[in-house]
This record gives sequence, C-alpha cells and structure tokens, in this order.
Amino acid sequence: MRVAFTVNGEDMAAEDVWPGESLLYVLRERLGLPGSKNACEQGECGSCTVYLDGVTVCACMVAAGQAAGRAVRTVEGLAASGGAGPAPDSRLSSVQEAFVEAGAVQCGFCTPGLVVQADDLLARTVRAGGPAPGDAEIREALAGNLCRCTGYEKIIEAVRTAAEHEERAVRRGGAR
Amino acid sequence: MEFLSPSTWEEALAAKSGRPEAVPITGGTDVMVELNFDRRRPGALLDLSRLPEPAQWRAEGGHLRLGAAVTYTAIVEHLAGHAPALAQAARSVASPQIRNRGSVGGNLGSASPAGDCHPPLVAAGAEVELASVRGVRRVPAREFYLGPGSSVREADELISAVLVPAPAGPQQFSKIGTRNAMVIAVASFCLVLDAGARTVGTGIGSAGPRPLRSPEAEAFLAAEFDWEGGAEPSEAAARHFGALVAAAAEPIDDVRGTAAYRRHALAVMARRAWVWCAADYRKGAR
Ligand SMILES: Cc1cc2nc3c(=O)[nH]c(=O)nc-3n(C[C@H](O)[C@H](O)[C@H](O)COP(=O)(O)OP(=O)(O)OC[C@H]3O[C@@H](n4cnc5c(N)ncnc54)[C@H](O)[C@@H]3O)c2cc1C
Ligand code: FES
Ligand code: FES
Repeated sequence: MRVAFTVNGEDMAAEDVWPGESLLYVLRERLGLPGSKNACEQGECGSCTVYLDGVTVCACMVAAGQAAGRAVRTVEGLAASGGAGPAPDSRLSSVQEAFVEAGAVQCGFCTPGLVVQADDLLARTVRAGGPAPGDAEIREALAGNLCRCTGYEKIIEAVRTAAEHEERAVRRGGAR
Repeated sequence: MEFLSPSTWEEALAAKSGRPEAVPITGGTDVMVELNFDRRRPGALLDLSRLPEPAQWRAEGGHLRLGAAVTYTAIVEHLAGHAPALAQAARSVASPQIRNRGSVGGNLGSASPAGDCHPPLVAAGAEVELASVRGVRRVPAREFYLGPGSSVREADELISAVLVPAPAGPQQFSKIGTRNAMVIAVASFCLVLDAGARTVGTGIGSAGPRPLRSPEAEAFLAAEFDWEGGAEPSEAAARHFGALVAAAAEPIDDVRGTAAYRRHALAVMARRAWVWCAADYRKGAR
C-alpha cells in the first residue's frame, strides 16, 4: 500500500508498504531517514522516538498506515530548527547543543531518541512558560529511553543545561 | 495482509463483522510487538486510531464513560478526579512514549493478567461496553476476563468504552516491579472504598490466570473499616486483611517472580492500601 504523510514539514510518500510495517521501518528503510534508531522494535528503548502530530511516540510501535495523513517530526527535523543553545548561531537545537557540550554522547545510539524526548519535555515546560524541570521530572520524562553507555548523569546534565538556556531565552522574549 | 482504515465507528463495526479475524489496532503497543517479532500474521489490521468516538470521555449518570482509545497520558492528565485508581495505574504504565499511545481498550483487548488497568476496573465495579453490528452490551469487568489473553468478547465485537463508577471514597492502586518505569507488574493490587454504601472493592493483578478479587477480604474490610473516623487499622486486622487478599490469588512461578513472593507482596500491598485509604478518608476523601 501507499502511505503519505509529512515528515519535518515536507510531504513524503512511501510505496509498496507492507500493512504490518512500522512507521520506524518506513522512515529508515523507505524514506532514507536513519536518524531514528532501531534497537529493540518492542517499545522498550525509546531510540526510535519521534513526534506524531506533536506527541512523542515509539515509531516502532506505530503501524505505518496509522501515520497516513499525519505530521511526523524526527530528530532530523530538530537540527534545522536552531535554538537558544549555548551557541546561538548553531544549526543544532538547544538540546542537541547541550548534549555536545555536556559530553552526553558515547556510542550515540540512544541519542536521537533522547534528544526528541528531551525536546518534548522542554516544549511542555520552559517553552510553555513554565519553570525548568527538576531532576526528578527529567528522569521521569526520559524513563523510556535506555542508554547502555553513559550512566545517564551527563544526559540529565545536558537536559538541565538546555532547559536553563531556553528558560533564559523565554525570559528575554527570545524566539522560542 | 490488509490495512482496514474505517473513518466512522459504524464502518469499524461493519468491518469487524465482515472480517472477524481482523486484528484491531489502537495504540499498537501490544499489536506491533507481535508483528515486529513475527509472532502474528493476521489477514488484516483494523485501525481504530482515527475514530472520534473511542477517543472521547465524559462524565454521565454517576459514572465516567471512557472511550476505549483514550490514552494513558490523557487519563493521568485529565481523569485523576473521575477515576483515581485507574489514573494511578495509568501513571505506572511503561514510559511517556508508551502512555502517549497505549489505551484502556488495548489493555482489555490483550487481557494480559498483568495488565495494569484490570485491578482498578475490577475493584471499582466498572463495566466494559462491547459493540457489534448486532448491538451493544455491557459486561461487568469482574466477568470480562476468562484467562490469559482471553475474554468474553466475541470475534465480531469491538470494545467501545468502559464505564467507571464515580469515586465515592478513597482508592489506592499499587504495583510491584523491578523499577519504577517500564515494568510489567510482578503483582498489583487495588482497593476502592465506597463511603456511601460502606462497601469495599478489591482487584488483584498479575497473580492468577486472570485479574481476581477477594470477596472475603472485601466483606472483612467492609465490616472492620472505621466508616465514622477512618482510624488506622490495628496490626492484627491489617494482617488478616492482607492474608485474605493473598489467599484469593492464584499465582504461579515465572520469570518475574515466584508464587510465594507474589502472595507475600499482595499481603503487604493490601495492608498498605488500607492504611493509605484510611489516611485519605480522614483527610476527607469520602
Ligand atoms: C515497552 C512496553 C511497556 C509496557 N508496559 C506496560 C505496563 O506497564 N502495564 C501494562 O498494563 N501494559 C504495558 N504494556 C502493554 C501495552 O502498552 C498495554 O496493554 C496497552 O494498554 C495496549 O493498548 P494499545 O492501545 O496500544 O493496544 P493495541 O496494541 O492497539 O491492541 C492490544 C490488543 O487489543 C486489541 N484491541 C485494541 N483496541 C481494541 C478495541 N477497541 N476493541 C477490541 N479489541 C481491541 C488488539 O487487537 C490487540 O489484541 C507495555 C507495552 C510495551 C511495548
Ligand atoms: S526501537 Fe522502538 S523503542 Fe526500541
Ligand atoms: S551513548 Fe551508547 S547507548 Fe547511550
């Protein structure tokens, strides 16, 4: 079957999709967007996290046909968004910048999913005018994203840093 | 395989009637695991995620009508006041990404003995609404489950909603697992008090072939609970309540825990649930 939806604002369509195929497979294998990682295919690791109509989901748990006509945003779509990160002229989002700055990346396999999920946390907190999330809230938000390398401390630190940067930007009346 | 994508509830019922072997898919968090791992190759998937009706909820006539596709995230964010124990259970499910997709209807459709919705639905005396082209029927949650993965739902029926009685007293859900997130219950327990009727409901999860309750423990607590002041239970009464709950379980040894551990855990959770409910009762949750 043919499945069409928007990815990062662009109309895209995949042909010959098997009806039991996941959104993750379509993104990676048919649309050439390998940013979302395939590590478990059972919803356990969060490395395939994408936005589906503005809500974060495990792309491996969504049937491709369920995404038809909807808006998907992947990690590839965060980078160009720019941000209030430590290097304001960077093309990376503030979360991505902070991951680099904090050294929150080792093998990097978990990173795309964590970046999307952390972006969502900031969207629901500081970017919505709320306070920066505390460590407990950050850990809770990232509970579905597994990392086998870092021990999470640097990841939490990165999210904290990104939240602070964005909070400052919001207070300055910045772009986001 | 075919992908059936009805755009109205009536179309969905007609599709299920015409293709009873079609597998409904709502959040996909159970179905996709089976597809990804080649455990299941149905002739058709029936997508319910676009239908407006099952995604809605409303309070009506003394109960909450919760559409089968309402997500755990929505329950946690909006329905804690209408269905406190179910909201506690929803909060304990998996991770944010899974809670954004997973639904009560899917939990009932899978009918896993470990599903977190079941103890609250059983304890609260909720009803499951089943619909087909033949009509609509409501089945008490206490009679819905038959065994692991099996329920009274007929092949041509879809779960349209659950009806959860409005809370009339304290409710507590607890769950034992190896970590706080992303964990299938080793055992779970739910206690629902009705301060008006002075009755008690229990729900036992992951400790039997299907969700269970303990009528003995319910009768004991209804007689023993301090309905005037919500006093703390005596040590002996709390232990007896825990023992009655543990005795009602039908646990097995499996990878997640032993039968003995499950009984022990249930007794502890039941005692604590009484203590917590009494504290809530004193604070005015009547
Ligand atoms: C990583 C992970 C962690 C999990 N953790 C938990 C947990 O902590 N607790 C827990 O209880 N569950 C857990 N689950 C299981 C799952 O998320 C839940 O059972 C969830 O409620 C399923 O809902 P869904 O909408 O995704 O169901 P789906 O996968 O869409 O469907 C599940 C089943 O129900 C049927 N179905 C769906 N909707 C209907 C309907 N309206 N009428 C009739 N049949 C229907 C489907 O055909 C299928 O058999 C977990 C799953 C994953 C992947
Ligand atoms: S690949 Fe989707 S959650 Fe692991
Ligand atoms: S950096 Fe390797 S899994 Fe997280």
